[in-house]
Amino acid sequence: MYKALAEAISDAEARGASLSTVALDLESQDQGRSVASIRGSLARALAVMRGAVEAGMTGDMRSNSGLVGGDAAKLLGSTAGPLSATPFHDILIRALAVQEVNASMGVIVAAPTAGGAGVLPAVLTGLAAARGISDERLVDALATAGLIGAVIAERASLSGAEGGCQAETGSAAAMAAGAATEMLGGSPTQAGHATALAMQSTLGLVCDPLGGLVELPCVFRNATGSAIALAAIEMALAGIEFAIPVDEV
Amino acid sequence: MVSLLDIIGPVMVGPSSSHTAGACRLGLLARGLVGGTPQTALLELHGSFARTGEGHGTDKALVAGLLGFRPDDERIRTALEIADGEGLEYRFEKTTISDESHPNTVRITLALGPRRAVMVGSSLGAGRVLVTEIDGYPVDISGNYFSIVILAADVKGSIARVTHILSNHDINIATLKLTRKQRGGDAFIVIECDDNPGEEVRDEIRALAWVRWAMRLDKVSGG
Repeated sequence: MYKALAEAISDAEARGASLSTVALDLESQDQGRSVASIRGSLARALAVMRGAVEAGMTGDMRSNSGLVGGDAAKLLGSTAGPLSATPFHDILIRALAVQEVNASMGVIVAAPTAGGAGVLPAVLTGLAAARGISDERLVDALATAGLIGAVIAERASLSGAEGGCQAETGSAAAMAAGAATEMLGGSPTQAGHATALAMQSTLGLVCDPLGGLVELPCVFRNATGSAIALAAIEMALAGIEFAIPVDEV
Repeated sequence: MVSLLDIIGPVMVGPSSSHTAGACRLGLLARGLVGGTPQTALLELHGSFARTGEGHGTDKALVAGLLGFRPDDERIRTALEIADGEGLEYRFEKTTISDESHPNTVRITLALGPRRAVMVGSSLGAGRVLVTEIDGYPVDISGNYFSIVILAADVKGSIARVTHILSNHDINIATLKLTRKQRGGDAFIVIECDDNPGEEVRDEIRALAWVRWAMRLDKVSGG
């Protein structure tokens, strides 16, 4: 896979293609698998992500320590917040839901990791629900997210123990921001800026889990990580650019 | 080489890709070294595995891997009880393997009948793992491929004979590495394959006169 997002962006722009296309083509070469079979694996991951969102919304899953559980359902039932009737509210619910399933040893997709597994499904399926976006385009978005995560893995780390929470929920926010920006019609360059805008706002975030569990603050940083991704998408689609090259961020 | 499906995956039982999915994959790789569920296993946890293991289900995930459960298997949650039921004697210890070791590292010493193995491996994050040592020999096995591990006398033509067996079984080699402690001493060969070398391939290699020991490991990740 690409070791620099700038390379993927220039390839995509040269070919007049999307980041998902160049990522899938290179993956197909690297792994000796057809693009169709890779898309099949990504589609299965999407199905598991949806399953985790639904399971977490029921609110009857509690984590081993009992510290976490039922908050997604609580948010689902509330209209008190100023944004409660918007996709933003729905996306926060989805992020909490996936993380509550994760904390209760349920089945999730570790994208990029289990500790940061709530951001991508929340942002992608939440925006897709709000905008009526097809599963096909969601699979494209997962490919772009995978590309961004692979670049982060190559240049930095995806491990909280090694790279701090910035490596997990920060990377997840960056992946969701870049992937969703492209899914909503943004150019590869705009997707790069969205990635940088999200990533730069989580730099320095430590991995400080209470009791070493993947519960507090992890569950809630997936919700706030989703909010960061949405902010980055909003800015990037408006044409706002982050002056520092994404690969340096 | 990082794969898209290493990043958008694995599908797994939570709560932690490095402490649960990665740990489970390390258990699966160790299982492969003795060719089945071990009778005894000492699991020495290092660094972050030692400090936050229980909370992350690292203990359950490692034992689940030894039992042959994959990272998305819901039985991970009750793996310790299942192991007790199946007579797998496991023991955990907290240790420091070395200062340079990755924070998520474990040394597993296991036995199944006459077969014994000592494996050191780390969980690198996002479910990705790396086996760094087998029976004291430095290795570099990612689990993204099927692997053949061979301990043999340092004999001319040995690589040719082994690769001949692999090609007979239509197995494509991804990487091949030969290391030895000193000339004329034991040679340690690690071959990562694109295709699955079955038990019969391992046994054919084992039958070569100068081969002391050979094992195959499963592909546990990489989409």
